[in-house]
Amino acid sequence: MLILKCPYCGVMADETELSPGGEAHLTRHGPGSDDTEFEAYLFMRENPRGVHFERWRHAHGCGKWFHAARCTQTLEVFGTYSAQTTRPPQDLLDTISEKRPGWRWRDLA
Amino acid sequence: MKRYSAFALVREALNGHKGWERAWRNAQPKAHYDAIIIGAGGHGLATAYYLGKNFGITNVAILEKGWLGGGNTGRNTTIIRSNYLQDPSAAIYEKSRALYETLSQELNYNIMFSPRGVMMLAQTEHEVRGYRRTAHANALQGVSTEFISPRRVKELVPIIELNGPRYPVLGALWQDRAGTARHDAVAWGYARACSDMGMDIIQKCEVTGITREGGRVTGVQTTKGDIACDRLGIVVAGHSGVLAEMAGFRLPVESVALQALVSEPIKPCMDVVVMANTVHGYMSQSDKGEMVIGGGADGFNNYTQRGSFHHIEETVRALVETFPMISRLKMLRQWGGIVDMTGDRSPILSKTPIEGVFINCGWGTGGFKAIPGSGWGFAELMAKGTSPLTDPFSLNRFGEGRFIDESVAAGVAH
Repeated sequence: MLILKCPYCGVMADETELSPGGEAHLTRHGPGSDDTEFEAYLFMRENPRGVHFERWRHAHGCGKWFHAARCTQTLEVFGTYSAQTTRPPQDLLDTISEKRPGWRWRDLA
Repeated sequence: MKRYSAFALVREALNGHKGWERAWRNAQPKAHYDAIIIGAGGHGLATAYYLGKNFGITNVAILEKGWLGGGNTGRNTTIIRSNYLQDPSAAIYEKSRALYETLSQELNYNIMFSPRGVMMLAQTEHEVRGYRRTAHANALQGVSTEFISPRRVKELVPIIELNGPRYPVLGALWQDRAGTARHDAVAWGYARACSDMGMDIIQKCEVTGITREGGRVTGVQTTKGDIACDRLGIVVAGHSGVLAEMAGFRLPVESVALQALVSEPIKPCMDVVVMANTVHGYMSQSDKGEMVIGGGADGFNNYTQRGSFHHIEETVRALVETFPMISRLKMLRQWGGIVDMTGDRSPILSKTPIEGVFINCGWGTGGFKAIPGSGWGFAELMAKGTSPLTDPFSLNRFGEGRFIDESVAAGVAH
């Protein structure tokens, strides 16, 4: 079972206490955007075997949305961070680079 | 290839069983093939088989990273049915179910197809309406299904508890020519027939790159060297996204673990397949007597082929309510497979932005039942560039808003 630390209330929360919310840091493309962007926003998803960034909600706890960085191959959790950002914090990216040299996710290195 | 028959059995019995030959050759890659299929699971092998049988293309290699049929082909709960809501789904799944009926004879390999009937329980008013609608749609599509009463459910499945406190059984969608088959045998049977046509099945050969020239595929790089090809079919289920990235295009697919488990073997007690989509559980009894139970999928992306314990708990807890007699059963084994989920829960069988590259993926939680039909249609697509079975399932349907929405109709359990 996955255990994620809620960055808001600080609880180490079991997977059963959380709701998965899909890929993190999506940019909303709405009216005015071109078809390709809109299709990508709705349907195209990062599906890496390795480092992945996601949204989670502490549904049966404080109720807050937050972000998590995780390895989809080993289920190792690299860390969690606030929902109020469009980019993972640099120290988390450094931690991931240490553990998974050469990793890549969208335009993050 | 020596044919299997009662006569062959007697001959070999008298001969000390020394004359049985290998079912397929262990091939090494040649420099060039007309077509390469990546993935020697059911769908990949079926594609190769129908390429040879229906279109005479036999200079084909099937590349497999692990061992033949070791992915989702060997990890599913072997259910075969075709009671889908949408017309394109009903067409391909019913084609598949119909091919399964005579597949043992066609391949000269016993795939143990058992048309024992599949029952999908309606346990909420919403499901009753949904399944009545599906039954009507199936009648129009020429797929034989019916909506049956709780009394008939009890006749067919005496061990069921109709009046569960949370989820009473209000009826069921019943397809009497649906059932199960031996999953490994489907892969092995197709592999034997492919090998017999001169195709090369190359195991432990991982594709590491896809070479292109001017927007056209020219070959693949593998752990056993570079191999050239004119056409490339990617049929790798959960790892489709990884292969698509090598070829340079994106897929609207996310991979998650779906799990299943079996109980200790008991005497025959249930001779149909029962699916309970409201509680995300389905169950059938194998020929060995084990209760085969399929559960829910993880809610987050992963490639672990493992699954999570709390899903087993949820599934079993719900099934015990509907089948009280299984409460004392011990569970023997549990496993997971990586399923590739699309937004509308329908597969993608399509050309891709790279000329000569075709993709067959997105079968999600319901690929096993589709193996023969998927192979039939995908082979036609690869040979002719179009197929009435697969054209509705093209990659551009997402951009065009042409969904084949089975997510509401089929629920989680496929």
